[in-house]
Amino acid sequence: MKPINSIIQEVRSEAPSIRTFRVDRQLDPAPGQYVMVWVRGVDEVPMSFSGPDAITVQSVGEATQALFRLSAGSSIGLRGPLGKGFVLRGEKILLVGGGVGTAPLAFLGEQARGAGLEVTSLLGFRSSEDLIFQNRFGALGDTIITTDDGSFGIPGRVAAGLKGLDLDEFSQIYLCGPELMMWDIISRCKDRANKIQACINRYFKCALGVCGSCCLDPEGLRVCVEGPVVMADRLLESEFGRYRRGPGGGKGLCRG
Amino acid sequence: MLMPSLTVHAGGLTLHNPVLLAAGILGTTGASLRRAALAGAGGVVTKSIGSVPREGHPGPTVVGVECGLLNAMGLPNPSYKEFQEEIEIAKTGGVPVIASIFGSSAEEFAKIARGLEPDAFELNLSCPHAEKYGSELGRYPEMVEAVTGAVKAAANVPVWVKLTPNTADIAELGLAAQRGGADAVVAINTLKAMAIDIETGYPILGNRFGGLSGQAIKPVAVRCVYDLASQLEIPVIGVGGVSSWEDAVEMIQAGACAVQVGTALLKGYSVFSEITEGLSRYLERKSLTPEELCGLAGRRK
Repeated sequence: MKPINSIIQEVRSEAPSIRTFRVDRQLDPAPGQYVMVWVRGVDEVPMSFSGPDAITVQSVGEATQALFRLSAGSSIGLRGPLGKGFVLRGEKILLVGGGVGTAPLAFLGEQARGAGLEVTSLLGFRSSEDLIFQNRFGALGDTIITTDDGSFGIPGRVAAGLKGLDLDEFSQIYLCGPELMMWDIISRCKDRANKIQACINRYFKCALGVCGSCCLDPEGLRVCVEGPVVMADRLLESEFGRYRRGPGGGKGLCRG
Repeated sequence: MLMPSLTVHAGGLTLHNPVLLAAGILGTTGASLRRAALAGAGGVVTKSIGSVPREGHPGPTVVGVECGLLNAMGLPNPSYKEFQEEIEIAKTGGVPVIASIFGSSAEEFAKIARGLEPDAFELNLSCPHAEKYGSELGRYPEMVEAVTGAVKAAANVPVWVKLTPNTADIAELGLAAQRGGADAVVAINTLKAMAIDIETGYPILGNRFGGLSGQAIKPVAVRCVYDLASQLEIPVIGVGGVSSWEDAVEMIQAGACAVQVGTALLKGYSVFSEITEGLSRYLERKSLTPEELCGLAGRRK
């Protein structure tokens, strides 16, 4: 597939380094799926959908900085939707998100509510000023918020918010955020890992399942096509939370 | 019923079937190489490995075009110093592991060859989109001969040489590899190509141009294999657009003793068993061994 030319309709600032870009294309994504965003002349990077026609991006590198220089009316190239998204299971679900990783969960929660599911959200941010989508999650149901610096909600990491929840109530848990935050949650919930759908991230290049840059040890799972949503029990004995490969294929530390 | 044996002897290796994973496809990690082996590949070729880490070209690095894929990955790799551990994991798949390597000189190739212990080497003298590497050396017969000779002297395993089709006469390059002592040649690497985004005029690949693979190049590959097989003493391994057992049969009839599959992995790892099972049924129906099928087209007058 060649990148499809798309016009940015609206750019909304969500937090100091997070913006939502709405485009003129309805790509019909499932929450958890991603799109390869080509900022012409710079790079092509994967981004999760935060809505049917929107991506929410944190400025972290050259490509995202270039994207932040674009405004309504600018054009980008899009390949997608790609990969396997979240699958709704059961009647009552829990969303667990951290930082910009809450974006696909807001999209998922809205779909779940539309399908009549009961939605509870546990969201972690560094600080009150990093909070995003408070209204979107609030409209879905019970929402627990944690901040690392204690400036809003429960002080501490996302896991600090688990204490007030009876996890047995939930038929499925949906997880997305920084790798070490996700690994923390999965490690604490090992006995129910087969009920956790985790939206993970690796270095994607081809996004077609052929170049091999995103393969996860030890199975060789091709995250770009067999993920990015993976059942957490497949992650327990994997490299996830331990190391990740960079653009050259060498092993490095997990971030965040 | 006993199916006919698919075992072949190809360029110094014994392969339990002649359908290999091509270089550059799912070859960055030992785990993904082992997965190809367990899915039925007769051998696996690694991503090309160099002497220093490289991140590769900016994206887009791959774009789907009519009848194939265009890529300019830019030889991303963690360097040979970090790669032996991946080769060891790949070997647990139970089939030969062929290390694809690249360098900008005979000495650099030899240094990498001394630092790795695969079952064979495949010399990347044909990548069409990385400055100072690949086809920038591999289009000169004297360079092909010198690099092959240097790696043969440095390595104690078979050495295959992967050739570029971006030349007037690929057989000339094949003969140079043979003079250098190659155990086999592999043909073909991708064809130089590019695609442009017509809305804006931007070349789509981050590197502006790249290499074309997949079904579009199969007839070119068949012709190259045929030319090489008819002029060389050493075996030819065919690669370029093989996605079905019929393609494999055609490539073997052109003169390949084994084939490699790359772009067809878009359909998933099941492509190996689909091709080997179809090839096996074909050989049984024709009462032929793989050796008898090899080069059949050249014998038809």
